[in-house]
Amino acid sequence: MTTLDTAPVITLPTMSADDIDNLDVTPSRVVRSEWLKMRTLRSTWLTMALAIASVPGIGIAIAWSTANDWLKMRPRERLHFNPLADPLSGFNLAQLAIGVLGVLIVAGEYPAGMIRATLAAVPRRLPVLWAKLGVFTTITLVAMVPVSVFTFFVSQRLLSSRHIQTTWSTPDVARSVIGVGLYLTVAAALAIGLGAIIRNVAGAIGAFAGVILVLPVIASALPQTWGDRINKWLPSNAGQALMSVVSDNTTLSPWRGFAVFSGWALLALVIAAVLLRSRDA
Amino acid sequence: MKIYGDKVAVDDLTFDVKPGIVTGFLGPNGAGKSTTMRMIIGLDAPNRGSVTVNGRPYAEHRAPLHEVGALLEAKAVHNGRSARNHLLVLAATCGISDRRVDELLELVGLTHVASKRVGGFSLGMGQRLGIAAALLGDPATLILDEPVNGLDPEGVLWIRHLLRSLAREGRTIFVSSHLMSEMALTADHLIVIGRGRLIADVSVADFTKHASSDLVYVRTPEAERLRDLLVGPTVHITAVSPGRLEVIGLTSDEIGDLAAANMIPLHELIPHQASLEDAFMSLTHDSVEYQTSEVSS
Repeated sequence: MTTLDTAPVITLPTMSADDIDNLDVTPSRVVRSEWLKMRTLRSTWLTMALAIASVPGIGIAIAWSTANDWLKMRPRERLHFNPLADPLSGFNLAQLAIGVLGVLIVAGEYPAGMIRATLAAVPRRLPVLWAKLGVFTTITLVAMVPVSVFTFFVSQRLLSSRHIQTTWSTPDVARSVIGVGLYLTVAAALAIGLGAIIRNVAGAIGAFAGVILVLPVIASALPQTWGDRINKWLPSNAGQALMSVVSDNTTLSPWRGFAVFSGWALLALVIAAVLLRSRDA
Repeated sequence: MKIYGDKVAVDDLTFDVKPGIVTGFLGPNGAGKSTTMRMIIGLDAPNRGSVTVNGRPYAEHRAPLHEVGALLEAKAVHNGRSARNHLLVLAATCGISDRRVDELLELVGLTHVASKRVGGFSLGMGQRLGIAAALLGDPATLILDEPVNGLDPEGVLWIRHLLRSLAREGRTIFVSSHLMSEMALTADHLIVIGRGRLIADVSVADFTKHASSDLVYVRTPEAERLRDLLVGPTVHITAVSPGRLEVIGLTSDEIGDLAAANMIPLHELIPHQASLEDAFMSLTHDSVEYQTSEVSS
């Protein structure tokens, strides 16, 4: 028979006094933790790969097929071709992939209860939200600006065979190309905010797609007098002004539009921060 | 105080948990154990009142994982991440080394599955991973919610030894269970709650002494005569049927000797010690949240 006195003693691995004195939660450590979280999930790599591949993939396909068929195209079709915007239209798919990933980064912690382990480790809570935001927007910016520039140059090279290309030094083109990366970065921030507000992956992805894709469609059904006043303020319409070289009274000016889009994302993040502080986890 | 909708989960609950011993936290399902534990580490906020850990709210400690290590539910882990990566993610928040993560995986016996995705883990493996996570920061206080759930007998024994060892190192160990028998073996002190209120705050020794009111079952053809001999101010006798008595307040030895001295034949003399589980049930009976009604035939 074993009695409690002869029971084996299990010893916890020891930590040095220096290590023990150095167990504070700091912003940079929370960032490191969130970066590690993202890296260690397969879904991050798959979704980010889709976002990155979709822009040049779709862009090159459009540029190549247009250059190929240019001589067979009708004059009206030729007139509608936009050598800057059309090869960059892959951003539409990229923004969905980034929206899904941004939602997963936050709301993906809820179903299994990982969020409780996270918030027990970082009980002040808000550093977790800011770290997720910082890491994901940085990844998006660093990945998508070069991807957009790369897509621009490759597609213009393909179009140059028919002399229908535009150039980097043409007014507004550089802003527009880099704008694709900036737009996607703000979309990433919006997705983080919606994920934190809704805390349910399917619901938050639905909300993201609804705001970005569905709202403009619904608003376009409004009578023109209303539509012209409302449409340009909607998040995605406002943000996409940054990628446009044509500006009229139905769109905001590029940087103003971008500021409005950023304002929407900021609003979502402020609501998310307030709720994260106040709700039970 | 914590309220969910119109249900009061935890109400005016005040107790201290001391270092150096294992404190068991007992109560029937729905008594408010998990809610109380979540409030301690700030996951749930009380509607009224406050919870402090070593004098201040958990969130205000600079090194929270060194203050309190908590296992609140098995597998509070992203299913797509490996066991080792899960611990590395938590360790990173306060600069704990990779080496310590590996040492803890070794301690809880998960080294061989460290790189496997947690989604495929059994409940018992999830508990072990949760315990490793709770121990990461070398915490002064350990809070474990039903840690033996899903563990095999060997695992249950291991937890028991681990908790006692950690308490001996001077740590504060607060562990919940709905099994009195398990707590009697692991804990030194008990906090018993029911319907969110404190029912008992006693040492295990006192609880056991109090619980074991001995009952002795006697069968004899001379029940009447024996009864007259046994009767006394601290003795309670029930005649359950002709020739059968239940005696509370005397040991079986005393009854047997008395019967022999008076030449009363005994056909049965059976001591029956009320189990801890019985004592726990009678203590919490009135506060059980989800009571099954007896089906009478």
